[in-house]
Formats: sequence, C-alpha cells, structure tokens
Amino acid sequence: MKRFVPFPLLSLALFVMWVLLTGFSPGHVVLGAAVALLVSRVMLLLKPEPATIRFCPAMLKLSWLVLVDIIRSNIAVARIILFRPKNRRSDFIYLPVQLTSPYALAVLGIIITATPGTLWVQHDPQSKVILIHVLDLVDQDAWITLIQNRYEKLLMEIFE
Amino acid sequence: MMQAPDLPLWAAIIVGFLVLFGSALTLLGTIGLVRLKTFYDRVHAPTLGSTLGTGAILLASMICFSVLQSRPIIHEVLIAVFLTITTPVTLILLARAALYRDRTEGRGNVPADSMEKKQHRD
Amino acid sequence: MTVMMLAFAITAAQIMLGTAMACASWRIIRGTRAQDRVLGLDALYLSAMLLLLTYGIQTGRTLYFEAALVIALMGFSSTVALSKFLMRGEVIE
Repeated sequence: MKRFVPFPLLSLALFVMWVLLTGFSPGHVVLGAAVALLVSRVMLLLKPEPATIRFCPAMLKLSWLVLVDIIRSNIAVARIILFRPKNRRSDFIYLPVQLTSPYALAVLGIIITATPGTLWVQHDPQSKVILIHVLDLVDQDAWITLIQNRYEKLLMEIFE
Repeated sequence: MMQAPDLPLWAAIIVGFLVLFGSALTLLGTIGLVRLKTFYDRVHAPTLGSTLGTGAILLASMICFSVLQSRPIIHEVLIAVFLTITTPVTLILLARAALYRDRTEGRGNVPADSMEKKQHRD
Repeated sequence: MTVMMLAFAITAAQIMLGTAMACASWRIIRGTRAQDRVLGLDALYLSAMLLLLTYGIQTGRTLYFEAALVIALMGFSSTVALSKFLMRGEVIE
C-alpha cells in the first residue's frame, strides 16, 4: 500500500481537485485517479519529512475556533478601519512556542495570518520564538496566553 | 447591465445578501489600505476581503449555481482552499521583505535583527 | 420582481468591488514604498477575482469561475515573485 500510494492525502486531494474541475463523468474519474497516483509520486523526489497527523476531535474543534475567530476579528478590524480609534497601538510581539513539527508551525502560521489583525512575520527554530505583528495591541501577555492556550494545545494534539 | 439569473425567492435573498456582504467587506479592506498610516498596519487590511469577503461571495456562487442546475456545484471550494493556503504565504513573504528592507535601511521602529543573525551563523 | 431585486444587489456589489479596485490602484500609484505597491497589487488581484465571480453569478455561466481561478493563481505567483525580488534583488537564485 505504502509503495503504490506514497502520499495518500496528497493523492486524494489531487483526485478531488480533478473531479471538481472537470465535472463528474466516468472517464474523468479514471483519468483523475491515474493523475493522482502518478503525479503524487513526484513528491518522492523531494523526500519530505513524514508528517504524523492524528485525525481526532481536536481537528473539528480547531476548525470551529478558527472560523469563529476569523468572523470576530473581521468585525474588530472593520471597526478599526471605519472609526480609527485614537489610542490604538500596533506593535510587534515575540511569542514563545513549543511546537517543533514544521507542519504544525505551518498551520499555526496560516491561522495567525488568516485572522485579520495578526500577522506572522518570522520564526526562529533555535530559540523557538515567533515574531508577530498585532494591529490592535492592548495587552501583550494576554495575546501570548491566548494563542498558546487556544491554538497551540490543539495543534500539539493533532501533530505531535 | 441589469441582469440576473431567475432564482426562487429564498435563494435570491440569500445570494443577494451574501454578495453584498462580501463585496462590502472587500471594499472596507481596500479602504483600510488607503486610510491606515504605516505599512505594517496596512498589511492587515486586505485580509478582510481574502477571508470573509471571498468566503461570502464563493458561498453565494455555490448556492446560485446549485439552484440553477439543480445539483450540488461545489467547485468554488477549490478557490477557497487555494486562497486559504496562498494568502498567508504572500502576506508573510511580503512582511518579511518589508522588515528586511526597513532593517537594512534603519527606518521606522522595527524589532532588531537578533533572529536573522542567529540563523546565518549556523 | 425577484430577478429585479437580485440584479440590483449584484450591480451594487459590482460597483463596490470596482471601487475596491480603484482604492487598491490608488495605493499602487501613491505607494510611498515598493512594498505598499506590491500589497496594493495583491488587493487589486483579489478584488478583480471577486468581480469575475459576481459576473459569473449574474450571467449564470461557469466560464467566469475558471477565469477567477486563473487570476487567483496569477495573483499568488506575481506577489510571491515581487516580494522575493524586494528581499533579494532577484527572483530566481
């Protein structure tokens, strides 16, 4: 199984993409399956680090949290743009993280950047610190504990 | 060009609302691009359009085509997935480029270079 | 009646997206620094993609979806190439 389908998730994603783009017909299902199996073998040349992804309830919980946070911070940023509060302060903060898996860090980067109002800028793997820019910085420690408790724990559960 | 597909009332209301909501958010994001003062503030503004704004319009498109062709059409999901993966990449790269330029030119109050130096040493 | 209402909503949305494109272009022209212009270009690509999607809803043709997908792809690659250029002074190392 592992020899024929080295990257099952990637193959599945390619197959779904092919079927969605071409419309559902038997010929394209076969062609899409062939493309998914052959093209995903290209990744063998890159020798990516094996990812350990655990499919657990934490995934659903994380997606729900991110959705809620995106809606909430959209409203917050919209308010800042419309009313331009006078005492708003935006600044960089250093955020210590325990995550080491590159995949978990990538997901954390996507989450932090996709929520309006926070932006991942830089990561240092040696000191395990992330540099983040926050649009409306009220309390630095509150941000750090928020991200650590809200996302990092769940990501740890999924990836490590 | 006043033209629209012939949808049942409930679908028309949902599609109209979602399209208006999404485009209003995108407009707000670009207004922020004009109004905010520094580059690092402005980077946050277009995210409004690329998250909820795009999400609302894609959902409207999905509902519209699914009702029109009376079978589920969900290929808009591809754009959503694609944008979710690429928007952070572009914004992070752009922010890093800006930070690098500001550091080398010594402009603005950006955090010091401590991280980069450490990386270059090994 | 419903067609009229939906047509009005979509046209209003298109006007808003057009204004969004104008705002992004203003940032490209005004700039002050190169990174602002690249950010404006990214926002311009995004609003153009959404505008194409609203045209798709308006005409009921799926042709516009493919155009929107291509624009999203091009926006991504051009912004990445430009940021890379700002950082290193060259695109391919």
